[in-house]
Amino acid sequence: MTSRSAGEPLVRLSGVNKWFGELHVLQDIDLSIDRGEVVVVIGPSGSGKSTLCRTINRLEPIQQGEIAIDGERLPEEGKQLARLRADVGMVFQSFNLFAHKTVLENVTLGPVKVRRQSKGEAERRARELLDRVGVGAQAEKVPAQLSGGQQQRVAIARALAMDPKVMLFDEPTSALDPEMINEVLDVMTTLARDGMTMVVVTHEMGFARRAANRVVFMDAGRIVESADPETFFTRPASDRAKDFLSKILTH
Amino acid sequence: MDAVTENLDDYVSGFLTSLSIILWSLVGSLVLGMLIAACRVSPVPPLQRFGAFWVTTFRNTPLSVVLFFCAFGLPELGVIRSFFFFGVLGLVLYTSAFVCEAVRSGINSVSAGQAEAARSIGLNFTQSLRFVVLPQALRTVVPPLGSVIIAMFKNSAVVGAFGVGGDLWSTGLTLTSARGYETLPVFIGVALGFLLITLPAGALLHVIERKVAIAR
Repeated sequence: MTSRSAGEPLVRLSGVNKWFGELHVLQDIDLSIDRGEVVVVIGPSGSGKSTLCRTINRLEPIQQGEIAIDGERLPEEGKQLARLRADVGMVFQSFNLFAHKTVLENVTLGPVKVRRQSKGEAERRARELLDRVGVGAQAEKVPAQLSGGQQQRVAIARALAMDPKVMLFDEPTSALDPEMINEVLDVMTTLARDGMTMVVVTHEMGFARRAANRVVFMDAGRIVESADPETFFTRPASDRAKDFLSKILTH
Repeated sequence: MDAVTENLDDYVSGFLTSLSIILWSLVGSLVLGMLIAACRVSPVPPLQRFGAFWVTTFRNTPLSVVLFFCAFGLPELGVIRSFFFFGVLGLVLYTSAFVCEAVRSGINSVSAGQAEAARSIGLNFTQSLRFVVLPQALRTVVPPLGSVIIAMFKNSAVVGAFGVGGDLWSTGLTLTSARGYETLPVFIGVALGFLLITLPAGALLHVIERKVAIAR
């Protein structure tokens, strides 16, 4: 990974505002994420945490403010945006594996078409990544033949194949059966330990405690609180965070 | 059915002319229709408006009027080509609007997440469409596109009426009006000629449909 300006944060959002019609979904968001940092975004549903995550690779455009990745401002549309998105891995709640392609083709499509790697080189690397996330044996199957947990691990391998500077996870375990959540979280925890810069929107408080450097708590489109996990879970500063935690941690 | 057997050569040449109108129009309208559909789903507003304008124009104009403009209007503007060319052009323009809408319905049937995932790995708009969205869209599009294509096959008879001559429909007309054969057997022969094209086409579409179906 190239670090153009070591002092600069890798991802920087400043004064970001977004509206869905009348609804002000992101309000004056300022957030900086350093290289190798793992930021977990939590909050009640409708708080704007998924939208925040999706603005970072401009799947959602913003109306005000600025987002920069590695010192480079997010372009509007077109070639520059595509090039920048290649450096930002994204994992979705609903996996979104390409339904008409095999697992292996899912992972090699980006490297071959965007990075211009040879097919052989891309396949070798894809198999390596699939082994790493524990689904190497499924390479020739199509997504529909895999369990949810397996599909999500393939999705992680697909993102990793692009050698991203940062990985975005938009509720990666919310669509999974309970027994499959841990296999995905384990892969994510390993990634975090290996120094990947990550933004993770999740309801998994155990993961936040275990892997996060920082917890960002959102409510009603604002960042209400931002603290290290220990502080946040034991001594939340805001009433809203206290209220939220009391609701989810009691059972 | 003496009318048919006695004039088999005319029928065969009519059949071949119709087939050639159909094949040119098929290629032309599929390519053009997909391009217009790409315009309509593109993120570029002027292209979207152009696509919508195209569809509105050609879907809402009777085929005979489109053909009239091509065959008699374009020569007035200095475009001099054969009637065959103008006939095929008119049929392509008209059919492309319907192909576009069938393809667009297929594109809309592919979940938005597929396109988002494609864009997230850095594919540009054209690549997302080509490698991810269209291959999946074409699966759901085979039945409605098949209907559009078969309607186009039959519309080729209207093209024949616009001065191309020598196609199946005009052969029937010549036999009844110029040579005095009975209408019924002659046009049963014409209908059989079209069935020779449309029935295998329908069967082929059915095979394609089964072949491209996938587990989701």
